[in-house]
Amino acid sequence: MDNRSNWHRIAYAALIVIVVLTGMLVSNAYHLQLLTFIGINTLLALGLNMLMGYAGQISLGHAAFYGIGAYTTAILTVHYAISPWLALPAAILIAMAIAYIVGVPTLKLSGYYLGMGTLGFGMIVHILFREWSGVTGGASGFIGIPPLELGPVSFSSGRNYFYLVWAIVLLSLIICRRIIDSRLGRGLRSIHDGEKAARAVGVNTGKLKLQVFVLSAAFSALAGFLYAHLVYFISPGTFDFITSIRIVTMVVIGGMASIWGALLGASLLTLLPEWLHSFSEFEMVVYGLILMSVMIFLPQGLTRGLMDIYERSKRQPDR
Amino acid sequence: MQEVLQYIFSGITSGAIYAVIAVGFSMLYNSTELINFAHGEFVMLGALSFVTLSGPFQLPLLPAFILSVAGVAVIGMLFERLAIRTVRTPNPIVLIIITVGASIFLKGVGMLIWGKDAHTMPPFSGHPPLDIAGAKLLAQSLWIVAILFITVAGLHLFYKKTLTGKAMEACAISQKAAWLTGIPSKFMVLLAFGLSTGMGAVAGVIISPITMSSYDMGTMLGLKGFCAAMLGGLGSLWGSVIGGLLLGILEALGVGLVSSGLKDATAFLLLLFILYVRPSGIIGSVEVERF
Repeated sequence: MDNRSNWHRIAYAALIVIVVLTGMLVSNAYHLQLLTFIGINTLLALGLNMLMGYAGQISLGHAAFYGIGAYTTAILTVHYAISPWLALPAAILIAMAIAYIVGVPTLKLSGYYLGMGTLGFGMIVHILFREWSGVTGGASGFIGIPPLELGPVSFSSGRNYFYLVWAIVLLSLIICRRIIDSRLGRGLRSIHDGEKAARAVGVNTGKLKLQVFVLSAAFSALAGFLYAHLVYFISPGTFDFITSIRIVTMVVIGGMASIWGALLGASLLTLLPEWLHSFSEFEMVVYGLILMSVMIFLPQGLTRGLMDIYERSKRQPDR
Repeated sequence: MQEVLQYIFSGITSGAIYAVIAVGFSMLYNSTELINFAHGEFVMLGALSFVTLSGPFQLPLLPAFILSVAGVAVIGMLFERLAIRTVRTPNPIVLIIITVGASIFLKGVGMLIWGKDAHTMPPFSGHPPLDIAGAKLLAQSLWIVAILFITVAGLHLFYKKTLTGKAMEACAISQKAAWLTGIPSKFMVLLAFGLSTGMGAVAGVIISPITMSSYDMGTMLGLKGFCAAMLGGLGSLWGSVIGGLLLGILEALGVGLVSSGLKDATAFLLLLFILYVRPSGIIGSVEVERF
């Protein structure tokens, strides 16, 4: 076993301990929900990180897949009275199918153009949620989404849902780690470092980019499913351009090309607005300033940036 | 027929505003290859400072116009100096996040100064609407279109006839080569930010009499302006004008003839269409980052 995978195992174990302890110690329903949101946002950031951090392709429309996941399960469980557990694969498959159809022409673009293509797609899906009121409930939203149940276990309580979400997060972290260390992951990193060079050595870059785009859509749809059954009510405002940007921000602030960066970014960006409430009117100003300063001073994100600072401080005494 | 003409008139009005915003995007992209996601917020700052200067401060229209545009341009240059030039690794993703951060910051500032209420402004002149073949053309629409063409013609002359303008074009072609010939390329980038955000403010000023201005008006306007710039060809001055007008007219026709739900979707459907079919835009060099 090399050092790195040992390190990851310790981190997984630490995460399990933290999750179990938090679940036992935190009893405030609001705090539990907030921690559950961190888990959902981690899934979003993790999916996008596979695309942005590893393959180097930006998406400014990922809230669309988040929304597709949430709306699919809402429509299937409420309109058609289908069990949520059957709606889950449907939600993920529909998001993946849409990602495939959209990805084929969009991923041919690069740089700002890719950003704009995905932005346009995200806006169109958002408008669809808002305007297709016969199916989606329109601007006023979709109510009455049922809670999750598994045999005798009900996930309507905050603590059970918290455990469910974090179990899925842990599983997803492991899956992503495995993918990154696989042939697919190596191919992705080669695209990030130089798409032309990757193609020259025989990496099918078009296919790989499409695969990772579809994969990240699946994670977003999973997050959307969990979100819908957590709050029982969804509205188009949750899946707008700002949300897409927030997911990108989580990835970038946490640190690209790092699964733990996704966790850190999601935690910070979910908690930040809570801390900023004390700033009340200055909330937006402070939020904007934080975003800008992190990017100016630690453009690699917090994980890498803080590690660099730590290493530099360790090296200092030698000089 | 009369209805269609009415739609086209209102389309040209909003299209001219998109065009002014698109020109701002294009100018900045030309000199810096950067897309400023905070551009819409500069439109908001222009609109609200104009409303304040001509309302509570009782300045006549022209000084209020010039002051608010100049003020916003200075803020834009400060933004470049403090948040863009200081970036150590200027790759697209980092710059996108910084400008997004700036947009949230500016929106917050706008909310602190002007509150959450919408502000209104009387039209520039009290002329009654013109009646053309049964359709009404507002005097404000004429003002908007006139200001669009005056500013774009002015910019065109600036780029083609003045030394500074030519230096900026040189920077757009190659910053390094321009720097080697003695052009202060960093100053040119600063100037490009000033001009671009100033154009944003112009859009804000001319839109303020026909819509409510509030701290959160910028995002959608910015995105639509961006779509218009892409449609015409990012980096092309006249392309942006064509893209803006086309977007405005198609949007108005879509709302009038098909469905009002289509209003905001038009811009983004057109954006996807142009990206897939001809990413260089209607006017614009064929060379784009596309494989």
